[in-house]
Amino acid sequence: MKVVVAVFPGTNCEIDTKYAFEKIGCDVELLFHKNNQLPNNTDLVVLPGGFSYGDYLRSAAIAKFSPVMNPVIEFANKGGMVLGICNGFQMLLEMKLLPGAMKRNQNTHFISKYQYLKVISNNNKFLSKTEVGDILNIPIAHGEGNFFIKDDKIKELYDNEQVLLEYCDKDGDKENPNGSVSQIACLCNREKNVFGLMPHPERAIEDLLGSNDGVKMLEGFLNNSYSAN
Amino acid sequence: MKIIVNIQLKEGVLDPQGKAVHHALLALQFNEVQNVRIGKQIILDVEDNEKEKILKRVESMCEDLLANTVIETYEIEIEK
Repeated sequence: MKVVVAVFPGTNCEIDTKYAFEKIGCDVELLFHKNNQLPNNTDLVVLPGGFSYGDYLRSAAIAKFSPVMNPVIEFANKGGMVLGICNGFQMLLEMKLLPGAMKRNQNTHFISKYQYLKVISNNNKFLSKTEVGDILNIPIAHGEGNFFIKDDKIKELYDNEQVLLEYCDKDGDKENPNGSVSQIACLCNREKNVFGLMPHPERAIEDLLGSNDGVKMLEGFLNNSYSAN
Repeated sequence: MKIIVNIQLKEGVLDPQGKAVHHALLALQFNEVQNVRIGKQIILDVEDNEKEKILKRVESMCEDLLANTVIETYEIEIEK
């Protein structure tokens, strides 16, 4: 599988992301933001974490105007798989490929720690190798991860199986590190080809580093037995 | 011409920074403060002097980049 990781000034997770996808057997290319086209054989585009353009104005507000975003939007609209991790998730929100917006964490702190997550829906390629109710242990590291969406839109997200992960404690009970509406940690679009999450699965791929729960998440993209119905 | 854009979180959207500053003010005995909201001000120096036209342009700037209208509102004024 060909994975393209877009690189912006200020992103800092592209190398970890490349390493993680290579570890599960993908061919990975880093693509600088000034490129205005994607390689022809691209199967998955990843927008990595970090602080694109210094997070000036708002997190990810400026990255959406990078040349590379034009082919990324086109790729997503044609059904191509796009994954945004952390700052990448914020980019997807700013580009309106996913609904909602991010606010400063409720406690105003930058939070960097391991966080348990509960699988809410696996009816999508990304989480197709997990089971609903699984508890995953994945690091989070963000200052603006407080997901906001209007109350009247929340039910729709759940009805369409667009909420994939919620923050929880180790027993799967409610826990909310950043104030997100309904503890939402991971979302996809209605068509289930664009995914965004604040936690970093690419940082949880070795037992030695505390968790390898990220592997079965990323491996979902390789799961050819899953097909959208 | 100087254009001032004021950006605020929408009413009803919780402002964590404002809340933290409010707590700090109360800790300093400024007990008269009822609520704090924090926004940002963007000051633009523009060449064009056609008022109507530039106001329209700044509105587009707000919609496209300066504000995130999912959570923020903006007000545009011309400095006299």
